[in-house]
Amino acid sequence: MNLFPSPLLELSHISLSFKGVKAITDISFAVARGEICALIGPNGAGKSSLLNVINGVYQAQEGQIRFDGEVRRHMRPHHAAERGMARSFQNLALFKGMTVLDNVLTGRNLKRRSSWIEQALGIGRAPREDDEQRRRAEEVIEFLNIQSWRQSLVGTLPYGLQKRVELARALAAEPQLLLLDEPMAGMNAAEKKEMSRFIVDINREFGTTVVLIEHDIGVVMGISSHVVVLDYGRKIGDGPPEEVRANPEVIAAYLGTRH
Amino acid sequence: MDFFFEVLIGGLLAGVMYSLVAIGFVLIYKASGVFNFAQGAMVLFAALTFVSLGERGVPFWIAFLVTLGAMLLLALAVERLVLRPLVNRSPITLFMATLGLAYITEGAAQALWGAQVHGLDLGIEDIPLDLGGLLVSQFDLFAAGMAATLVLVLSVLFNKTRIGLSLRAVADDTLAAQAVGIRLSRIWVVVWAVAGLVALITGLLWGARLGVQFSLSLVVLKALPVLIIGGFSSVGGAIVGGLIVGASEKLAEIYAGPLIGSGIENWFPYVLAMLFLLVRPTGLFGERSIDRV
Repeated sequence: MNLFPSPLLELSHISLSFKGVKAITDISFAVARGEICALIGPNGAGKSSLLNVINGVYQAQEGQIRFDGEVRRHMRPHHAAERGMARSFQNLALFKGMTVLDNVLTGRNLKRRSSWIEQALGIGRAPREDDEQRRRAEEVIEFLNIQSWRQSLVGTLPYGLQKRVELARALAAEPQLLLLDEPMAGMNAAEKKEMSRFIVDINREFGTTVVLIEHDIGVVMGISSHVVVLDYGRKIGDGPPEEVRANPEVIAAYLGTRH
Repeated sequence: MDFFFEVLIGGLLAGVMYSLVAIGFVLIYKASGVFNFAQGAMVLFAALTFVSLGERGVPFWIAFLVTLGAMLLLALAVERLVLRPLVNRSPITLFMATLGLAYITEGAAQALWGAQVHGLDLGIEDIPLDLGGLLVSQFDLFAAGMAATLVLVLSVLFNKTRIGLSLRAVADDTLAAQAVGIRLSRIWVVVWAVAGLVALITGLLWGARLGVQFSLSLVVLKALPVLIIGGFSSVGGAIVGGLIVGASEKLAEIYAGPLIGSGIENWFPYVLAMLFLLVRPTGLFGERSIDRV
């Protein structure tokens, strides 16, 4: 076993500002292959911004990103997707007018190899590929236990289910890296537990590396093997959960300090 | 009774011509939520380019392909110079941009090919055909056939291919679409290029009927009631809307004209559209937006 395998994702000195307001300042950390890494921190700490930098929704002014051996100054969302990153969004970004199945199928968008002419005429590689796409999408739907809603319009489903559909769409892409922005926001305890189990299952069964943002510290400590703590756009903690939990700076950020 | 059916069929076939214009709008509206005011200018640009090439002795199919190429270039330019810089802006901003685009496209057409009126002969004689005792315009039948073919091709393209799913995805949520690896720029070019193809076919048919001249870009105004009746986001709606407008305006002209004065067909579609706005604001086939409060 390689004791020092190269990390799947490595951020070096990332800084991001919006019109002079600094959202992220000089953040570096690495995510090892196969781990579940949690980004935590108070509201406005820059967690979502950081996730957006990783898959290229935002472009950092400074720093670079190494993903799967490739170094880039800037990511672009479609490039990130092509390289094997899939993600969910804090406020859901689903295709609300489409069915659950179609939403999941869009996740497999990049897996198609047949040309549009083959697809239009239903010849060549297209028919077999259609079956394959459909089969894989159904597998993901079954894995996340949303079969009953396959043909429902996503916009009509309750919030917790929509979160799961978004996860299904991301998973359908068979990503190397799954970026989840508050996958459990707005859920009750039972739903959170179920969602945590799905995330752990995905990580174990498919070996998918996960970077997630979560506010529920109990959940975070329970499922992640690596925790990165942000506060005011800076990294104040980075390590295994037990270590981070004992870090005085982290405790101060969360509980406040005497001044 | 025969006369009634003749009027009805004539109206329906004329309606197909309106549908053609409306389809161009629907395509772009579906993909980007923008009412493309420049569609009429694109019709003019395509027809004028085609006719001018023809007058310079270029054979029909070569002129057709060259014009199609020009429409593709236009689509590329629109994506790069208009849509990309304005990504994630409000629909009204994009609408204003298409307004400007309409003038630029018309101006470019004029600068390239001059402003005189051109005749366009597609080689179809406009003699009425006798179909079981009903007189039907041959040209209208041809136009309807073209429209049917076009709709068939479009529906295969948008329902069977990855482009179709991507298109719906982009229309629904651009952020999510990008995250699953859809290239917005490519989808926009495809949609505008297809709208360019529709504009070319519309331009040829309308140009053959009215002559290729600047008033051609005003066919946009005929598409408006069609879209309001059929719904902005459905190709099927554009067809049905066009048929309703065509049939009703001709019937109104013939049967109500003598009672309240002729010339009804010019304003009747707008009255009809207004009634639809009161009763069914999303049109017959438009998507009702699902909003969570």
